[in-house]
Amino acid sequence: MATTITTKTETLVGKRIRRREDPRLITGTATYVDDIQMPGMRHACIVRSPHGAAKIKSINIKPAIDLPGVAAVFIGKDTEKVGPVPCGASLPGLRVPHHHILAMDRVYFVGHPVAVVVATDRYIARDAADLIEVDYEPLPTVTDPEKAIAPGAPAVHPEWPDNTAFTYHQDGGDVDKAFAQADVVVKQRITSQRLVPAAMETRGVVAEWHAGDRALTIQSSTQIPHLLRSLLAMMLGLEENRLRVKTPEVGGGFGSKLNVYAEEALMGFIAMKIGKPVKWIESRRENFTCTIQGRGHVDYYEVAAKKDGTITGIKLKLIQDLGAYHQLLTPAIPTLSVLMMPGIYNCRNIRADIVGVFTNAVPTDAYRGAGRPEATHGIERMVDILAAELKMDPADIRRKNFVGNEAFPYTTATGLTYDSGNYGAPLEKALDTVGYKQLREEQKKLRAEGRLMGIGLSTYGEICAMGPSPATPAGGWESATVKIEPSGTVTVMTGASPHGQGEETTFAQIAADELGVGIDDVLVVHGDTAVVQYGIGTFGSRGTAVGGAALYYAIQELKKKIAKYGAMLLGSEDVSFTGGACVDNKTGKSVKLSEIAAASYRAMTLPPGETPGLVATNFWEPPNFTFPFGAHIVVSEVDRDTGSISLKRYVAVDDCGKIINPLIVDGQVHGGVVQGLGQALWEQAVYDDGGQLVTGEFMDYALPKASGIPWIESSHTETPSPVNPLGVKGVGEAGTIGCSPAVVNSVVDALSPLGVRHIDMPLTPEKIWNLVQTGGKA
Amino acid sequence: MTRNITLTINGKKRSDTVEPRMLLVHYLREVAGLTGPHIACETSLCGACTVHVDGKAIKSCTMFAVQADGREVLTIEGLEANGKLDPMQEAFWNEHALQCGFCTPGMIMTAKQIVERNPQATEAEIRHGLDGNLCRCTGYQHIVNAVKAAAAKA
Repeated sequence: MATTITTKTETLVGKRIRRREDPRLITGTATYVDDIQMPGMRHACIVRSPHGAAKIKSINIKPAIDLPGVAAVFIGKDTEKVGPVPCGASLPGLRVPHHHILAMDRVYFVGHPVAVVVATDRYIARDAADLIEVDYEPLPTVTDPEKAIAPGAPAVHPEWPDNTAFTYHQDGGDVDKAFAQADVVVKQRITSQRLVPAAMETRGVVAEWHAGDRALTIQSSTQIPHLLRSLLAMMLGLEENRLRVKTPEVGGGFGSKLNVYAEEALMGFIAMKIGKPVKWIESRRENFTCTIQGRGHVDYYEVAAKKDGTITGIKLKLIQDLGAYHQLLTPAIPTLSVLMMPGIYNCRNIRADIVGVFTNAVPTDAYRGAGRPEATHGIERMVDILAAELKMDPADIRRKNFVGNEAFPYTTATGLTYDSGNYGAPLEKALDTVGYKQLREEQKKLRAEGRLMGIGLSTYGEICAMGPSPATPAGGWESATVKIEPSGTVTVMTGASPHGQGEETTFAQIAADELGVGIDDVLVVHGDTAVVQYGIGTFGSRGTAVGGAALYYAIQELKKKIAKYGAMLLGSEDVSFTGGACVDNKTGKSVKLSEIAAASYRAMTLPPGETPGLVATNFWEPPNFTFPFGAHIVVSEVDRDTGSISLKRYVAVDDCGKIINPLIVDGQVHGGVVQGLGQALWEQAVYDDGGQLVTGEFMDYALPKASGIPWIESSHTETPSPVNPLGVKGVGEAGTIGCSPAVVNSVVDALSPLGVRHIDMPLTPEKIWNLVQTGGKA
Repeated sequence: MTRNITLTINGKKRSDTVEPRMLLVHYLREVAGLTGPHIACETSLCGACTVHVDGKAIKSCTMFAVQADGREVLTIEGLEANGKLDPMQEAFWNEHALQCGFCTPGMIMTAKQIVERNPQATEAEIRHGLDGNLCRCTGYQHIVNAVKAAAAKA
């Protein structure tokens, strides 16, 4: 088969290149998990608890089993030996409830899986699930984390009546002295409400058991195929090498698919039991009640400062709503908030106390930003509250406290080392873009007319490129294999598992540049444990900053071998590999990569000490996290009569280090910002006291829609990271982290003439209208 | 109990026997083998299942297959003609109007309808037109750009 290998000279890194994954997505020909059909495939439907807490007195499965088309029904005692659903996080004294894949004699939250029906089609499976009779004895519930730790609250887990899963304390510097010597101390209770990640594709699993080989294939909509394989093998008692995990096309994750779920093990169990492939597709209702949720903080902040605005100390009491169980990283998430507590400000004295609280609700876990949006919201609100107290301009107080450019690498009071930064640059650029001075003048005029216009700033930092292995529960490195095929085409296999972030394009840009081939000669493969070497996955803004670096190093290794083959073929000892060819530096003669590849596989002669073939694998351990930063500014106006907020301007200046593909970076920023707008303005997962999720559908849970979004004026500063050879920092979560405080600061600024100092999210018109009516006292 | 239906999908006539309760989206995906229309809410709120029936964009998760009897259905798979992408598909690609791609088939079908009904749609009108389709990845801005770009070429 003829292959044309193009040799190119144009650099691709840094260019707005349209994505290579798109043709299958825009034509409807991509294969997501629900698109998989297999001969004899069965469909599973799960019966779930309608109660927030109850004893299971009995389950009658007979009416379901008797329905024609039903293949099997399983309940907790059938699956007792499977599992438990794993928690990967470890904290001293952490209480870990045994998390069965199906409930045993008690349910702990609405949506808790109780039984599973397997049938020949999905309609019959649903019919049969309705026929299962579960006799529950409802028990008292608690869903508010502050109520849960109050004396006399119902115990979520009877063995731990204080509902406390863990406490965590961290001190840095001398916080008592800082507060004793402070000119001013400001305090505020700040919440970060529970959110539903709501990836447009719900979760789904197809499991297939190959009895003759004792091999199980699980196709799951996941962000972490390799980790899922290791953990599922343990849960199912299967040797790891007999389990293959594949990710089909994954329709969004945002952290919600950075997990190991009961249903993934359950489908494996069913396939092995019935000897037929089985598919389970989560309904949207299940996605709301049974997939992890994000945030769930009640934070009590105290900030100490000097008269001139210098922040000298921060105290945080953090109450984390964990839900009924720990999912993969549940208890670790609030510890990330503590690490980010000082933001990008030079504050040497901190104290944090976390209480992790069980509630009768679905577990919380990593959702876009995972602990950092909460921390950023907290510090950015507190800085504005301090500025108001000291009658300082919010921009000035930030300038006053920024870690200076000369301070990098900068070790924070929480023990992180910020890699590089130029915190003033995005702020000044954003102020300039928005026309800050004129806006403040305009604001004065509007206020004189009684209009409520606000300007809100947020200067955020974040922890990305998760992360050095010692700082992560399961290894923080990433892997890449680069193969130059005999024809000279290039195959990249990455251990990262992208699901919309565009690494099939950005990694091809990197490989094409490094190897001097055309982008169409590079194919990026991911998401199949039988094909790709072990990897960690895509989350924590790590895909390019860790996975891309692994790719870079794998290519460097390969280049050495390419040069040796080139030297052999050219009969020279002085060659360089550039522009897709080895060139004899003396004669100028060259040999193309395709010719070198062919010679390396044909292997008639080998360079001294070399092996045939052109393949290299790199497992790259990052020496540090990366720390992107930026400044977002929101201009808003509040309608006194309706409480509605209109966002007049949204300016985002983000510094994510070196940019590989500006088109993709823009997309990440926009998407992140809009998820932040969702939290700030509309979204909230609400459980009533009885444990019912009253926002359990898109009808009740307000996901951002196109018409509610302002034009996002996005631009960048570029401060390279010294942590990896690409200089990249990561951008997946930046928008979400930077957004919510800018919005709330803006609306609080708008309402400040009424005496409003803080508003908890979401900023619903009802909340705002009440504040306007009561002169800020709602 | 089953019913026979005959309809035209992407220009081709076909007949099938279906349960009356079968949703159009399940019929398209599982009987006709067209998995472009996706299911993301089952309650007609997200628009991932949007197809055109007799030229009108509808949500195929809230229509029964039997209701499509005798009608013409156009899905995302029917847009490409003679190996050439529809201008709206091309615009989505050029403008990076998709990330995970799950909402994209429905989003493109809706976007086409917006431009068909109002080739001079303003940004506000485009955003209003997109409100029945949810996207969790893009923040909509690049989708708006794509609709504008496709409209400019139409």
